[in-house]
Amino acid sequence: MLGPASAQESARVPIPEPAKGRGEACVADTELMRRDHMNMLTHQRDDTVHDGIRTETFSLKGCIDCHAVDGPDARPVDISSPQHFCRTCHDYAAVKVDCFQCHASKPGEADKTAAAAPHDADVAALSDYLEGQGQ
Amino acid sequence: MSGERETAPGRAKDQAAEGVEDTRRGFLKGLTAAVVTLAPGVTLMAYPEGAAAARAPSDAVTSKVRWGLLIDVSKCPDGCTDCVTACNEENGLGPVTRPRTDAQWIRKVTVRDPSTGLKRSFPVMCQHCASPPCVDVCPTGASFKRADGIVLVDKHICIGCRYCMMACPYLARSFVHEPLQDQKPYAPRGKGTVESCTMCVHRVDDGRIPACVESCASSGKAMVFGDLNDPDSEISKIVRTYATSQIRADLGLDPGVRYQNL
Repeated sequence: MLGPASAQESARVPIPEPAKGRGEACVADTELMRRDHMNMLTHQRDDTVHDGIRTETFSLKGCIDCHAVDGPDARPVDISSPQHFCRTCHDYAAVKVDCFQCHASKPGEADKTAAAAPHDADVAALSDYLEGQGQ
Repeated sequence: MSGERETAPGRAKDQAAEGVEDTRRGFLKGLTAAVVTLAPGVTLMAYPEGAAAARAPSDAVTSKVRWGLLIDVSKCPDGCTDCVTACNEENGLGPVTRPRTDAQWIRKVTVRDPSTGLKRSFPVMCQHCASPPCVDVCPTGASFKRADGIVLVDKHICIGCRYCMMACPYLARSFVHEPLQDQKPYAPRGKGTVESCTMCVHRVDDGRIPACVESCASSGKAMVFGDLNDPDSEISKIVRTYATSQIRADLGLDPGVRYQNL
């Protein structure tokens, strides 16, 4: 786990500074997102691919749209740039992310809208699911 | 006949401007004077009817719907490839420079009866079988049929063995041999996985029609998309009224894609 508070105290350890999202708040608390974002995405991917459930709260497309980071040309960077939102932490933690071999790593031309507002009920339900799974 | 197809009653959802994508808006703008003569509240496109069009994004697909496609071969001109172009554009497929290996979700096929010389040209894509052989042979469960009859590959669990490509009698599937960049956000594709026509599942889930059908509506008007389980849908009415056929019906796979005047 990344320990931001303790890491900030000891300046010897550089910590990643992922860019802020474009929306007002993320779909869940930062701590939950740090720990469980991959589980949220996996859960959502099965719902979407197999059952056609296309809610936006936990969709990868929603993450990408909101967390797009603009490069020097004022256009969102893709995963090849170290500034990409996912890469800032994943490079630091040396965890390879496979999503973007297939998925678009920057918003599409028509996807300039801000991400969907978080739905508290959705977050609570998924949080319960993930916590139940861990036991 | 074609006039009827164009003037299906509009749905409240379609009239909400926020749900209309730029591409569709552009398409409507590009249409000719026929638009002007239509009454307000009447859309030009035949929209998917029945439960799925009204399905909320949080609801799972159900088997109450069976999506189907009807292609009137007599209206499909030799040399027209608008559906193929629209498919490539929609799903981010590159131009086919190496036909043996490049991804092709729709092929324009020309057949000729040697005894009479009769020639027909028509598109062949994944036939979305009710009993898909690709699903039978898949060792990982990646190849699957959605409850509403759309046959898909779950690329998260596809291992790229290509058994499904061998099993498909329609040569409908392609393998991605090389790394890809700049995929469409709604149509993920990647090296090492098998892919095929998805019936534009991202559009269908959004209450829209597949890209090929939309492009055909502005050229040959040969394609109709709809719910085969809904007796009131346009496609159901046509298949009930006129003789239509399935390719290789003898295999008993019950494809969801049907052909008229073949």
